Amino acid sequence: MMDVEILSRLQFAGTIMFHYLFPPLSIGLGLQLFLCELSYYRTRNPVWEAAARFWTRIFAVNFAMGVATGIVMEFEFGTNWAAYSRFVGDVFGSALAAEGIFAFFLESGFLAVLVFGWDRVGPTMHLFSTLMVFLGSMFSAVWIVVANSWQQTPAGYHIVWHDVQGESMPRAEITDFWAMVFNPSSVDRLTHTLIGALVLGAFFVASVCSFYLLKDRHEDIARKCLSIALPTSLLFTFLAAITGHDSAQKLVETQPAKLAAMEAHFETRDEPTGLYLFGWPDAEQETVHMGIQVPNLLSLMVYNDPTKPVPGMDQIPADERPPVWLPFQTFHLMVGLGTMMIGVAALACWFWFRQTLDSKRWLLWVLVFMPIAAMTANQAGWITAEVGRQPWIVYPSVQNGVEMIGLRTADGLSESVTAEQVLSSIILFGIIYSMLFAVWVFVLNHKIQHGPESVEALLAHKAGLRPQSMSEQFEQTGKSHGGDFLEEDSQ
Amino acid sequence: MSYDTLTFIWFVLLGVLLCGYAILDGFDLGVGILHPFLAKDDRERRLVMNSIGPLWDGNEVWLVTFGGALFAAFPVAYATVFSSFYTAFFLLLTCLIGRAVSLEFRSKVHSNAWRRIWDTGFFLSSTCAALLLGIAGGNVMQGMQLGAKYQYQGSLLEQLSWYPLMVGLLTVALFALHGCIYLYLKTEHELQQRAKASITPLFYAFALLYAIVTLATWWHVPHATENIANYPVLWIVPILNALAVLNIPRAMHLGKPGYAFFSSTMVILALASLFSVAIYPNFMLSTIDPEFSITLQNARSSQNTLQTMLIIAGLGMPCVLSYTVIIYWIFRGKVRLEPNSY
Ligand code: HDD
Ligand code: HEM
Ligand code: HEM
Repeated sequence: MMDVEILSRLQFAGTIMFHYLFPPLSIGLGLQLFLCELSYYRTRNPVWEAAARFWTRIFAVNFAMGVATGIVMEFEFGTNWAAYSRFVGDVFGSALAAEGIFAFFLESGFLAVLVFGWDRVGPTMHLFSTLMVFLGSMFSAVWIVVANSWQQTPAGYHIVWHDVQGESMPRAEITDFWAMVFNPSSVDRLTHTLIGALVLGAFFVASVCSFYLLKDRHEDIARKCLSIALPTSLLFTFLAAITGHDSAQKLVETQPAKLAAMEAHFETRDEPTGLYLFGWPDAEQETVHMGIQVPNLLSLMVYNDPTKPVPGMDQIPADERPPVWLPFQTFHLMVGLGTMMIGVAALACWFWFRQTLDSKRWLLWVLVFMPIAAMTANQAGWITAEVGRQPWIVYPSVQNGVEMIGLRTADGLSESVTAEQVLSSIILFGIIYSMLFAVWVFVLNHKIQHGPESVEALLAHKAGLRPQSMSEQFEQTGKSHGGDFLEEDSQ
Repeated sequence: MSYDTLTFIWFVLLGVLLCGYAILDGFDLGVGILHPFLAKDDRERRLVMNSIGPLWDGNEVWLVTFGGALFAAFPVAYATVFSSFYTAFFLLLTCLIGRAVSLEFRSKVHSNAWRRIWDTGFFLSSTCAALLLGIAGGNVMQGMQLGAKYQYQGSLLEQLSWYPLMVGLLTVALFALHGCIYLYLKTEHELQQRAKASITPLFYAFALLYAIVTLATWWHVPHATENIANYPVLWIVPILNALAVLNIPRAMHLGKPGYAFFSSTMVILALASLFSVAIYPNFMLSTIDPEFSITLQNARSSQNTLQTMLIIAGLGMPCVLSYTVIIYWIFRGKVRLEPNSY
């Protein structure tokens, strides 16, 4: 039987990675949706409205999945990581509560108007609601990422020892709220994470539209949306690389162990440090098999100085070293995919402005699959950040010259929970999540295949079918539903 | 503000969040419980679901915020309560996931089998969620096997003893009644007539369980009445509660369903207040040794955090309330099916 620690970590990693399939798409799609609707608002071109209505439906499906899986995350700190929750509650809880008050209410409230309000509120109110939903989804990322960054680079707190029935237990308590919020890594991590989400949203729209162009369907809508999605994808992939580079530069001060793991840099030498492009790190022998290294590059990347040596894993006490293989591979995967995405976005934009994208069918096919690359980069980035944080769940730090203890992952567990319990919840959620995933893919595919409503159908709907209460529908049509549009659309 | 005052304010605020959740999501869960019984064909099933369509997600956020606020204000209570109810809470999570996706996916595909699956999911998840919430409440009410240093020593089976189960059933009945009045307000024609006809039997079921649980609490959980005995003013709460209960059939009889809905809201409010009064000043009473109990004092976070959080709540809650009102206003009136409906 595996122990509670491994199981709880597996469970947490699994549930949060599953959750993280949906929020980035919600954030990213939120921006695209807002831009579509803004274009409609300014031009009153019904093509834009048909597009916005279509993306709304996709957004709603995805959002529901984000909500359903997010609640699990919120409870899991208490159920599986009780000791950790007691240690960080004073600091972490306020971020989580702020998220509920500032973000989730905003989002869920205006989502109702966004999804159900097309025929009930005027265009200005609807546009405003879309903006609020987009901002709300950004805010919900803010607080949770701040909390996570605090674990990585704690600030604005001190450790207080509390007496619990004769035994002293440590607890982190806030001394400076804003120092906690703006801890050394939160701004970098937040911008990078949000941009990662915006990349995904832009490529998602580009993917669906490219698919329509390839299949000669809904071309008017596809072209309009591409004119937003392609430039934004180029912009955000660029910004992802820049902000990611910033994050990495900070790591050498805040979490040198993580940086050493990401680069499989075992030994500190008195000479410039190279950077592995590929390789197979072996932590036991402290080498990288089959590695290809560019000399001086890591020094240059980290210090903007090609000669300054970068500290390696040997500077870290043996019992405080994170695993190396996984952060190395996921980090390289993310950067590789990020570079590839910049290339694809740049090519696509180039052909788009020369109006020859239609004839480049291979490029359209590449675009169709880009969301998978963006999603993978998002996930890989988190694995790098979180596995590289091990063995700490909360990093030790120095505040105002005083050393603060950290909390090890192994000490953060719930004492009263047994391995059997965790195993059964893993199995339960494994089954539920697999089914959910299958259904989500099925419904998403169904929606995309069905596509947006044609502009004619939309105009007919707006001219004829004013919103009706069911009695009016009954009296007018004598049927149990309101006309073809409704039936088609509700699919 | 003194540390103890702040602590007390946060206890009350948590109560407010819990009441908000129970009142708002209470009718959503009730609608889910009644769904298979009231709706006779596909269109009616859609209508029932869409009666809560734009609202259920925002209502659930009250629970999310309650969880976050408990974490922030009383981290020890959050950690211990959630890990003690490990299995029960994972089942509750399963239900909440089930409800969200049933609502979202049901009407997306035109196939009877597909829709039947999600209809069943909607019913089961709503019913079990109400039951589990009640069971958790019942356990907290009667106290739990809490050992030294916040270590829970009981098991799931002990959490399923008769008293919590009775409280669970009471919750199901209460939410079903609340949801039924809500449906009566939101629907028309035969569907509305069916909802109306169900209110009376649901009311009797609820009243019966209410009487049983009240007696059982008196007899089985003596500490629950201590606070009321010590502070006789608090008698107001059970009295108002009883009046609100009796007002439901009266309002229906007078043909004022809105007033009846207000009464069932008051019943939930009063029951939640009774619960808070009964457990105060503990979050979790230890049945092993009262010394081991989790109290407001040993569970709270630092004064600084409580203060900061109060500012956050003071800034945030007015916004939350104002857009809650806006949303309910936009979606007032009878439910209709529209292109984007479920
Ligand atoms: C589409 C998404 C995406 C793309 C294209 C990139 N990243 Fe990234 N990256 C993320 C999505 C992401 C993320 C999911 O948002 C992470 C995980 C945690 C975090 O802070 O952001 C992340 C983390 C992350 C970290 C770890 C920070 C930490 O310690 O927490 C570094 C150093 C980088 N990234 C660097 C890069 C570089 C140099 C890129 C160059 C192309 C890059 N990322 C592309
Ligand atoms: C505020 C946000 C987050 C917090 C507070 C957080 C906290 C944690 C905690 C408590 C663990 C379990 C202990 C451990 O094994 O390290 C963990 C592990 C993990 N988390 Fe995060 N996490 C957050 C965001 C994310 C996100 C968004 C992802 C990406 C999908 C992620 C990916 C992981 C992974 C992959 C692990 C497993 C690491 C391992 O077991 O070695 N985390 N995180
Ligand atoms: C362990 C950490 C996390 C917890 C406890 C958590 C909690 C939640 C909860 C409770 C919800 C549902 C809210 C509702 O009912 O409306 C949710 C949804 C959401 N979460 Fe997470 N979350 C975590 C990680 C993250 C991260 C790292 C991000 C972004 C970078 C994120 C962004 C969002 C967004 C945008 C939503 C809105 C719903 C959606 O669009 O899917 N979450 N989360």
